Amino acid sequence: MSRIVVHGLEKSYGDARVLERVNVTAEAGEFLSLVGASGCGKSTFLRILLGQEQQSSGVVIVGDGPIIPEPTPQRGIVFQRYSVFPHLTSIQNLQLVEDFRSGGPFGRVFGARRANARQEAETMLERVGLAHARDLYPASLSGGMQQRLAIAQTLLGRPQILLLDEPFGALDPGIRVEMHELLTELWTEHGMTVVMVTHDIGEAFKLGTRVLVFDKVRHDPQFPSAYGATITYDLRLDRKTRASSHHLAKVAAMVGTTRPDTAMATTAS
Amino acid sequence: MLVKEMSAMNAISEAGGEGTRPSPPRPKVRLRIINAKVSRGGALFLGGLPFLFVAIAYLIASTQRLAVNPSDKLLPSPAQMWSAFLDLATVPDKRSGDLVLWVDTYASLLRLFAGVGVATLAALSLGIAIGFIPRVRAFLLPFVTVVCVIPPLALLPILFIALGLGETAKITLIALGVAPVMVRDIANRVMELPSELVAKAQTLGGNSWTMILRLVLPQVMPRLITCVRLALGPAWLFLIAAEAIASTEGLGYRIFLVRRYLSMDVILPYVAWITLLAVITDWLLVRLSRAVSPWAHPVEAR
Repeated sequence: MSRIVVHGLEKSYGDARVLERVNVTAEAGEFLSLVGASGCGKSTFLRILLGQEQQSSGVVIVGDGPIIPEPTPQRGIVFQRYSVFPHLTSIQNLQLVEDFRSGGPFGRVFGARRANARQEAETMLERVGLAHARDLYPASLSGGMQQRLAIAQTLLGRPQILLLDEPFGALDPGIRVEMHELLTELWTEHGMTVVMVTHDIGEAFKLGTRVLVFDKVRHDPQFPSAYGATITYDLRLDRKTRASSHHLAKVAAMVGTTRPDTAMATTAS
Repeated sequence: MLVKEMSAMNAISEAGGEGTRPSPPRPKVRLRIINAKVSRGGALFLGGLPFLFVAIAYLIASTQRLAVNPSDKLLPSPAQMWSAFLDLATVPDKRSGDLVLWVDTYASLLRLFAGVGVATLAALSLGIAIGFIPRVRAFLLPFVTVVCVIPPLALLPILFIALGLGETAKITLIALGVAPVMVRDIANRVMELPSELVAKAQTLGGNSWTMILRLVLPQVMPRLITCVRLALGPAWLFLIAAEAIASTEGLGYRIFLVRRYLSMDVILPYVAWITLLAVITDWLLVRLSRAVSPWAHPVEAR
């Protein structure tokens, strides 16, 4: 699969600097959880990895070479919202992947390849528990079902790197646990590199192999946007640190949003 | 007060409904007028009222004028209008041998649909190109925005001079009149597509062309049909204006022709006929939208 190397990354919008001096190396197959306060630039970092936005300076290497500055099939994405195509039913959403990949100028595959794609889509739909909703449009699916469909669609694209932008942010706690299980299973199966942005520190500890905290280290009281956020804490998770309330409390304090006890509960779930 | 009303209702149902079980009292609350729902029959009744009102007002005025002067032409009676309309629809014209109404309708609809059709194709191709491809947007959007504010009727003389008095000029007027607004509308709709969807389509292997086919086109389809529905109003205006000035047949031509003889018995049925055609076209477009984009009409799809 693919490793990610980021060196000296900086991102500014006009005068406002969002990210600065971001250095990180992720080996193939790692699961990075990005946490940080709202508006600290972790989603911007993800969009740069996606190719939807470009860094102002610095180097981003994905796989064997510098990142291609537009979204490509190498990197799959699941957003919090707008992640599936509203004009297609569940099964059509999944078949679209093969249509895009090898459909030629019509954006559609025909004949035996269509039958194959359909079979593959049916299998995947069953895999994420949406077989009963195959002919429904996303508008009539619940939030959790839509996200399951989005993940299934993205995985059918067989990306080397899976980017997740708060994929479970809008879901109920119970469904969230289900989604964690699904994601962990699929990740173990496919073994791709995952980068996930989340607000939920418990989720970050539960799923990731590494937790990265984004925060500002320099402050200018006269001009708050003069300095950007960087990675202030990089924790590799093994069985011991994952369960350690000490690390969790430390990260929670850094992010300053979640109460450690609720985060502990999520991790334990 | 509520309790009092409820107990009053109970008393009534006990007294009135001998032998039947008293139905559970429904709290009789006066809802705010913004919350009061209209039943199906109520909606039909209320919707029909204005039509009824206009019809009655016309009948009264017409009867009064005809009572004073039976050969009055301004407000003909329904019977007079119906016989004039039937004449145009069924009796061949003495000079040309044509059934005037159908010749007029055919000529007008042909012009209308040709003009709107050309405009729709332009809106689809230009609108998507402007909305989806930044280079085309930079190239064409300022131009389209300027063309949009030219009053189309001011172009009519130019079109008649440049293209002659034939069909081309009339169809061009309709197309030019409605296309710029449609192009802008479709371009806006394409630009409003969530960037997440476009990014996602690219991560699934879509290129610019296949994304237009599989993402943009289906997403703008409902909007395009709405656009056509809205454009048909101005299109009728331009059609009748063009026919009034230079034509030998057509609904607009006929109205302006018989105006010279104060033939209200022809003009009024013609206006009603045009209205009917417009309503039917609109209804067909709504049906088309539901058939083409069921996802955009979730309630009807169920």
